[in-house]
Amino acid sequence: MKDLEVVGKNLPRVDAAAKVKGEALYTDDLVMAHMAYGKIKRSPYAHALIKGIHYEEALALPGVLAVITGEDAPKAYGIVPQAPTEYALAVGKVRYVGEGVAAVAAVDEETAEEALEKIEVEYEVLPAVFDPVEALERPDVVIHTKAKNNVMYEGKQEFGDVDKAMAESDLVLERSFKTSYVNHAFLEPHSALAHFDANGFLTVHSSTQIPHYLQRTLALVLDLPMNMIRVIVPAVGGGFGGKGEVASSELCAALLARKTGRPLKVTYERSEVFAQHKGRHPCVMKMKIGVSKEGIIQAVDFDNVLDGGAYGGWGIIVLFYTAAMIHLPYKVPNARFHGRRVYTNKPTTGAMRGLGGVQPRFAMESLLEDIAKELGMSPYVLRLKNAVESGYTTLSNVHVPQAEFKKCLQTVAERSGYLEKQGKLPLGRGVGLAGGYYISGTAYTLYMSYKPHSSALIRVDTEAGIVLLTGATDIGQGSNTVLAMMAAEELGVLAEEVHIVSGDTQLTPFDLGSFASRVTYGAGQAVRMAAQLINRQLYEVAAVELGVRADQLMSGGGKIYSRYEPGRTMDFMSAVAKYIDARGPLSATGHYSPPRKGMKGVQGANIGQSPTFGFSAQVTEVEVDLETGQVKVLKVTEAGDCGQPINPMSVEGQVEGSIVMGMGQALFEEIKVGSDGRLLNPSLHDYKIPTAVDIPEIDSTIVASYDPTAPFGAKESGEGPIQPVIPAIANAICDAIGVRFLELPITPEKILKALKDKNGELTT
Amino acid sequence: MKRLITLNINGQDFDLAVSPRDLLVDVIRRKVGLTGTKKGCGQGDCGACTVLVDGRPVLSCLTLAVAAQGKKIQTIEGFSEGEKLHPIQASFVEHGAVQCGFCTPGMILSAKALLDRSPDPSEEEIKRGIAGNLCRCTGYKKIVESIEAAAEKLAAREEGRMS
Ligand code: FES
Ligand code: FES
Repeated sequence: MKDLEVVGKNLPRVDAAAKVKGEALYTDDLVMAHMAYGKIKRSPYAHALIKGIHYEEALALPGVLAVITGEDAPKAYGIVPQAPTEYALAVGKVRYVGEGVAAVAAVDEETAEEALEKIEVEYEVLPAVFDPVEALERPDVVIHTKAKNNVMYEGKQEFGDVDKAMAESDLVLERSFKTSYVNHAFLEPHSALAHFDANGFLTVHSSTQIPHYLQRTLALVLDLPMNMIRVIVPAVGGGFGGKGEVASSELCAALLARKTGRPLKVTYERSEVFAQHKGRHPCVMKMKIGVSKEGIIQAVDFDNVLDGGAYGGWGIIVLFYTAAMIHLPYKVPNARFHGRRVYTNKPTTGAMRGLGGVQPRFAMESLLEDIAKELGMSPYVLRLKNAVESGYTTLSNVHVPQAEFKKCLQTVAERSGYLEKQGKLPLGRGVGLAGGYYISGTAYTLYMSYKPHSSALIRVDTEAGIVLLTGATDIGQGSNTVLAMMAAEELGVLAEEVHIVSGDTQLTPFDLGSFASRVTYGAGQAVRMAAQLINRQLYEVAAVELGVRADQLMSGGGKIYSRYEPGRTMDFMSAVAKYIDARGPLSATGHYSPPRKGMKGVQGANIGQSPTFGFSAQVTEVEVDLETGQVKVLKVTEAGDCGQPINPMSVEGQVEGSIVMGMGQALFEEIKVGSDGRLLNPSLHDYKIPTAVDIPEIDSTIVASYDPTAPFGAKESGEGPIQPVIPAIANAICDAIGVRFLELPITPEKILKALKDKNGELTT
Repeated sequence: MKRLITLNINGQDFDLAVSPRDLLVDVIRRKVGLTGTKKGCGQGDCGACTVLVDGRPVLSCLTLAVAAQGKKIQTIEGFSEGEKLHPIQASFVEHGAVQCGFCTPGMILSAKALLDRSPDPSEEEIKRGIAGNLCRCTGYKKIVESIEAAAEKLAAREEGRMS
């Protein structure tokens, strides 16, 4: 194999220069001639029947072009198409405060807003419920008629004999945990611009992670063939899963564009971003772990109630992800899961960075820490003893082709001085360790299909140069950069010579979208294959030119050369010219389909399957102010196994972003809901996210790793690193003040109360 | 009622019809068409709409357009030095401080104001200087490093000028 020339380099992102100049165009930056604006009227009630909507007065306002209600698009949709529950606008009833009931198109936003005031909605208020555990026992609150006891879906999995293994364990520890209601808080509010051309062809520009699923949903809701719809994704100001579902802004923009015959833009206010939500599922968890006295895990029993909010969303998937997450990154020989995803009258939860992993990880890593202490064993040693290695297959039939998790643990322990510090720092100061992992893509599409999950087309000619067309969507995570780098590596050219076109359902070949950390691995395979096919075609022509066998040729440094006689060489571009002269246009399509793995007879066992997995470990050092209860995260030492990093600087960016995001969730982020279901803090003023002054020192290491199943050995890096963040902080706080926190966020109030209780305990 | 006002943005005068309650961010983005200034919250909480008014960072979503008359407004579009990136911009690019980029224009303008005030800031000063600019992608580390590196570059340039 030749040395890597592009992959592994810290190249600046392809779009960075445009972004620092303010030239990158995001959806709300786009303007079209005759464009009108849409605004959505939202429900003030958490649960109510819609008895009537009167909008004649609104329509009469000068400048108002159209009004629509749920009746204009009564088809239900959902990202999981088997269980559609959502509408563009509420049909018949509202299920949370802030749900859209009508939308207005007007010549400008002010007029549209004025018109919203003039819409009268008659409601019949219904009883509502906001707590998922309570929702299970409120027969008087029926949020969806099909969901008995408000259970949207119930899942059970059992592997091995958990009861027997628990009985035979030397130590069994069980605790209950609760996680909070948190939002992605990406900086760019959702925005969509829709227009129909003279032939009835719909183009939607949108800040989405999933152009393909948006195209499908638009087809369903607007009753249009998919081939009359094009979705284009301009620059996206962050997603983290929140733009991984269709938003009503997108559907309303298209519906209003159809009704008015004008290009139509809907951009959310920040409060609407919170109403759209789809953030992390709050989980009420009970977890029990049995271990031998040597500290070897014997069984895990996990019960989880997930707060789904008002609608389905990614719910079923998240439910079973939480089930899957107990099988890694430690070997678990017996496991049981019982979970229910429950409806409540709140904005819907969904996919958020590291979905389904973060909550059980908090429970499991906290428990393991306490188990180690009870056994008188270092938490580090306990983790090392149970850590998975390459080639491991879980009870749930998930195969891990390659894992350097142990190396991650060793690296963070060494670099942080964990062994010298743990249990030995003065009161108020502590260190915590945690591990984690995440998928690199999924095994299945969300609807039944055998098509490749990713595809890429490369065309090369002497005019446009090298053009890479991929359906993969850059949402700020940098996929355009790493995919261009992979193409360049394979073709043996410079990264900047590859022009990338992405995020356009019309121009680019198919891709499922940016979620489940699937892009670098899956779209990367497609890109690499396309580039290999280009090389193969070029080599046949170059072989004749150079008088060598085609299978002896290689590409690098902008040239094609014989691996045995490097002197026999020709320029990449002159080979292209020769090829086209002799054979015609040069292009190739690559594609990738993951192995379709699962487990027969086990409910939901397809979910959590992935071609490979990334791993991460963290040691976090904190200082707890015993007077104020304030926690300062001083330092996070992280080590990650993302395979071969394509662009290490980008990987670091993902790691650092994950750590800071996870820290917010651990210590202060929480959407508060009033007794009437109103969100109490739907702004970035009251919903605090970390600022620059909050950040810890971060020491991150990319451990040496190479996944032979992966394109250039690369695995995910955007969702694995958030997994250990919260439990590492919780464990550090426990080390600092001797209190185990079971509920997020761990606020100063909770800390002060715990300290008071503890002192009380000590004195009595 | 609309009023005619003149705003000086990036050294150019723009004659604009605005209502007294129009916000500077909307006028810059919609009426002038300079969309590099971003709107992440419209409530003064995120810093994405930061512009410089007479050299000072201002949240354009909290500023009335009419109040910006007679002042020198600088947006991200007026920041590059011709073809070349300003050293702060270049530093953001090189150090990987840009991910989704939505916070970037505001962040760079806050950094510029900071370095104008304090050409050799400590890490703490940098963090405080950009504390009003939220970034959800980067965890701020590379942004802080970029500003540190830019400060050095700018200082070297200053020295070059002096000698
Ligand atoms: S848009 Fe002005 S501070 Fe957020
Ligand atoms: S780069 Fe995305 S918010 Fe800062």
